[in-house]
Amino acid sequence: MLKVNNINVYYGSIHAVKDVSFEVHQGEVVTLIGANGAGKSTILQTVSGLLRSKTGSIEFLGEQLDGVPAHKVVNKGLAHVPEGRRVFLQMTVEENLEMGAYTRPSIEIADGIADVYERFPRLKERRKQIAGTLSGGEQQMLAMGRALMSKPQLLMLDEPSMGLAPLLIEQIFAIIKELHEAGTTILLVEQNAQMALSVADRGYVLETGRIVTTGAGAELLNDDAVKKAYLGA
Amino acid sequence: MEFLSYLISGISLGSVYAIIALGYTMVYGIAKMLNFAHGDVIMVGGYISFCAMSYLDLPWPIAVLLAMLVCTVLGVVIEGLAYKPLRQATSLAVLITAIGVSYFLQNAALLIFGATPKVYTPIISGTLKLFGGQLSISYVSLVTIAACIVIMIALTLFTDKTKMGKAMRACSEDKGAAQLMGINVNGTISLTFAIGSALAAVAGVLLCSSYPTLMNTTGSMPGIKAFTAAVFGGIGSIPGAFLGGILLGIIESLAKAYISTQLANSIVFGVLIVILLVRPAGLLGKYVPEKV
Repeated sequence: MLKVNNINVYYGSIHAVKDVSFEVHQGEVVTLIGANGAGKSTILQTVSGLLRSKTGSIEFLGEQLDGVPAHKVVNKGLAHVPEGRRVFLQMTVEENLEMGAYTRPSIEIADGIADVYERFPRLKERRKQIAGTLSGGEQQMLAMGRALMSKPQLLMLDEPSMGLAPLLIEQIFAIIKELHEAGTTILLVEQNAQMALSVADRGYVLETGRIVTTGAGAELLNDDAVKKAYLGA
Repeated sequence: MEFLSYLISGISLGSVYAIIALGYTMVYGIAKMLNFAHGDVIMVGGYISFCAMSYLDLPWPIAVLLAMLVCTVLGVVIEGLAYKPLRQATSLAVLITAIGVSYFLQNAALLIFGATPKVYTPIISGTLKLFGGQLSISYVSLVTIAACIVIMIALTLFTDKTKMGKAMRACSEDKGAAQLMGINVNGTISLTFAIGSALAAVAGVLLCSSYPTLMNTTGSMPGIKAFTAAVFGGIGSIPGAFLGGILLGIIESLAKAYISTQLANSIVFGVLIVILLVRPAGLLGKYVPEKV
């Protein structure tokens, strides 16, 4: 479904992503794990067109994505929940969801919002509230709901557990599992390797911009090198 | 009665400031830049409508529409040529460019229309006499106030209710996230410049109708005062621009009437300084509670 082939991304003279290639197949949950600064978010931003790779190619559903402007990527079926959630803090919950459906025909919006409220009942309670007044967990739900409004084929989640209490992290991951079971393909970026690998079919381990290991989720969870580096065992 | 008359002329003047301030504040809100050439777009609007009415003998509504059209195109062209290439540059570079554009427009107008001021024919003449002639209000004042209210309501509805308007608010808050939603940020910025410049054309016509001397620097002082009004009300806030503009107009008019004509401008800017000391975000400047 998504094929990233040999990308290299730079911030000025800093070489942030080095020769990275990976694939996500239909229906899978794939995770990119790695420490802070490993280049995980950079990879997602490159896939969604906010950053550019100097080399290689990005192919999504058989179409080349490199060179496509960021605002046209979502219409191809790829939604990106950015790091730090980045909901529109001064807009209401419902307006945020409407923005998520910006590229959809307006007759579909009401149904989409109803679907999101069904999955996240908390958002329905707060529909008229300004997003800036939501808790971190609620904002994460809103960011995910907003991305689902575009009816994506592939959902990219960047650090959904960041800054959340353990109980909320459990909740968010339960939702990720549900979405997966409902057939959504997910590319998950996480520092919380244990949680990420527990829901993932496959994982890629990144170290300073380079993929160092790959394997099935459960396999990596028991991989000694991974354990040592990321799980503190 | 005298006071009421000064008050109304203040509200009228303030309405012009408010219409200009809306352009400043919307552009600032979305592009995070101070478009100091905005005042000079007013002057261009004044000249275009002047030429349409005086040389081409067109009726004033057509002249206003023509001025709006030309200014809209001018605003979008300025944005595309001067500001868009600087999207990644420091804000200082953009600011200096804006000042450059301002001087460019002023000198281009000087070259085309000469240094002799033109006498602008107000779009509407006559006065309304009330209380047996004790209170007289010019029709231009009434039209100006009405135009400001209509523009304010229309803009509020636009930003609150329409998809484009909401996209504009989304862009002004987070351009990256807006792009991820599928919003064309560059297109939205151009649209903002288009709206702001069309409003500047309206302001130019109203301003010149009240103060009928039109020259190449006509727009600069009202532009600076409208900028003050936008900061006063809270830059980035549409209701703030409205409130700041009206208040500034009233303060200026009353200061001229009761304190000193020469000191009026100093008083206006003095009030700004005091407000900013007490409320640095301006009257309606937004405080956003942010949870992480």
